[in-house]
Amino acid sequence: MRPDPAAIPPSAPAENLTDHLGMWAFLATEVLFFGGMFVAYTLYRSVYPEAFRFGAQTMEFGLGTINTAVLLTSSFLMACADRLLPTRRRAWTHACFAGTILLGVTFLAIKAFEYHSKVTHHLVPGPGFQNHSGVPTLQLFFVLYFAMTGLHAAHMVAGLGVITWVWRRYAKASDPAQAASPVAIGGLYWHFVDCVWVFLYPLFYLAGR
Amino acid sequence: MTPGDAPDYLSGRTSLGSWLGTLDHKRIALMYLFSITGFFAIGAAAAAAMRTALLFPAGDLIVSDLYNRLFTLHGVVMVWFFLIPAVPNVLGNFVLPLMIGARDLAFPRLNLASWYLFMAGGLLVLISIAFGGVDTGWTFYTPYSSTYSNGQVMAMATGVFIAGFSSIATGLNFIVTIHRMRAPGLLWFRLPLFVWSLYSTSIILVLATPVLAVTLLLMALERVFGVGVFDPRIGGDPLLFQHLFWFYSHPAVYIMILPGMGVVSEIVSCFSRKPVFGYRVMAFATLTIATLGFMVWGHHMFVSSESVYAGVVFSLLSFLVSVPSAVKVLNWTATLHRGHIKLDTPLLYALGFMGLFTVGGLTGLCLATLAVDVHVHGTYFVVAHFHYVMVGGMVMAYLGGIHYWWPKISGRLYHEWAARIAAVVIFAGFNLTFFPQFVLGYLGMPRRYSTYPEQFHALNIMSTAGATVLAVGYIMPLVYLTWSFFRGPLAGPNPWGAPGLEWQTPSPPAQHNFEVIPVVTTGPYLYPDNASADPAS
Repeated sequence: MRPDPAAIPPSAPAENLTDHLGMWAFLATEVLFFGGMFVAYTLYRSVYPEAFRFGAQTMEFGLGTINTAVLLTSSFLMACADRLLPTRRRAWTHACFAGTILLGVTFLAIKAFEYHSKVTHHLVPGPGFQNHSGVPTLQLFFVLYFAMTGLHAAHMVAGLGVITWVWRRYAKASDPAQAASPVAIGGLYWHFVDCVWVFLYPLFYLAGR
Repeated sequence: MTPGDAPDYLSGRTSLGSWLGTLDHKRIALMYLFSITGFFAIGAAAAAAMRTALLFPAGDLIVSDLYNRLFTLHGVVMVWFFLIPAVPNVLGNFVLPLMIGARDLAFPRLNLASWYLFMAGGLLVLISIAFGGVDTGWTFYTPYSSTYSNGQVMAMATGVFIAGFSSIATGLNFIVTIHRMRAPGLLWFRLPLFVWSLYSTSIILVLATPVLAVTLLLMALERVFGVGVFDPRIGGDPLLFQHLFWFYSHPAVYIMILPGMGVVSEIVSCFSRKPVFGYRVMAFATLTIATLGFMVWGHHMFVSSESVYAGVVFSLLSFLVSVPSAVKVLNWTATLHRGHIKLDTPLLYALGFMGLFTVGGLTGLCLATLAVDVHVHGTYFVVAHFHYVMVGGMVMAYLGGIHYWWPKISGRLYHEWAARIAAVVIFAGFNLTFFPQFVLGYLGMPRRYSTYPEQFHALNIMSTAGATVLAVGYIMPLVYLTWSFFRGPLAGPNPWGAPGLEWQTPSPPAQHNFEVIPVVTTGPYLYPDNASADPAS
């Protein structure tokens, strides 16, 4: 039960558990949301392995790998912010938040650069798609690539909003403990988005390598 | 009306703004009640137009294209804007916190947001209807929906997509509420079965709805960019769409029926003045149906070039669903056995549910049988089957629940005899509408056509006549419940003498439900002559 608000201070652990459970339930939804696309990937990769091998070779392997490192580091800094918060080293905590967001934006910038290079190579699905591979189903690989990384990028943008919001909560709180729960819960979301990329990276960049 | 000085949730601030910005689960429930009644009327109007057209074999009244748009409208509106939200968002929203001794749901703001999402989705669907509607059927099968249909597919699919997030928000809210906000002493096995059914439903809402969302997203991307994952021209498989769609839409069938089963458990117990027979088995049967519901989607695709082996597995799994379902019907019957039965309106609806759901369930076994399904797939037999479950089951349970909790919601009683007559009229009208459709389907009349051979004329006339009776039955509660809301005699806190926590509050309840959070020491169905009914012991 939710405790009587008059009797128990708002940052009581019971309230936190409720909010945490809410986020975990939401993440379960998110897993299934991405899950539909992963099913599509699994089906087509098993039916058209050639298309995925060839498609992966057209990916910027270096950029994808750098981006993976960028995002993992971003998640690491978010975890640091969560852990530094109760120690009251405010400057360090702020630096972690800033680093999390900066690296998140870097990821999106590199991703945008990659998208741009796909556009210049006429590898965007649609009427302008130019297939020089001899694999007729190559376009399907790129449909999945743009759909899945695009959905991931949309989640990154939402995640950046969440991190900015919890950072603000932290900056405004007179007692950092008040922000502990939002920071932990916002962090969960950020780590989830990170986890999705941990699956996307091998599926698109390492397939057939 | 209320003891103490706390105003009830209906009085106090009554401006429009105080309703549109309310965080009170009871007010949000009423907002859902109004909205879904409106959507039900729209969906029903489409059905009425179709049944009128089907009075004549030649289909002169409505051309095929309009007919396609009408059955799509009927399906989309009834499934996503009535059946799915009906019991959880109206009755669940209202009574769940009351039943578990809480002052509100865990996330009241999310609850209000879910209503706004629901209305935004509904508005988009209405816009798509106003601009010509959609002719794909409610299933949005590709490649027709993504490539060929000239209807307002994008607007309608976006509307459904947004409404899906409203469902997810509600499901998430209920799960967290049931885990975290139960009154002291309210152990899991002391929860009313309605709460168990809402819990199971919420798990489906949270785990299945996102798959629908991503499926519609992929379909929409394909429509916008002219190329997509289901596109056969680049090697895509339209069957994948069907798999993903039914991975949501079969569990969605249980979203529609499980809460109704919970309502029936409450009503049967109350009006036979006995605890529900086999309480724990009922709770587990609810969870079992929810779990099995995720493993039977392939039975919608027996004739869609699914492999025979997949077909056999899905057929067997579909048969398994009948076990917990039958357990429920038998346990309700055992609950009635030797009870002090009072044939009041809610029980009439519950009995109607038991009979009609049983017919719907048994014909479901026919459809789960591979060879029989090949014969009747795509015929009116299927239409009759799912209407027996969805309308005969869910709508009966919903109306039963509305009548059962009406004194709590409005604080007033309705005219008992008018209500009893309406219940009987609905039961009769329903059977007259849909029983002939079993026969029509078995004889081979395909669904989704505006014309049919002369030999099916008589049965179609019967069905349309039944629909007229059904319409009268549905209008009756609208009239006497509205009257009751303003003029009905005061109900008092507990007109049925029911033991649930929700009946310990005044009617209508105060804004924060409980002055003092109750402490629970017994099971949910403690009637005077069953003093030791605690399933948790």
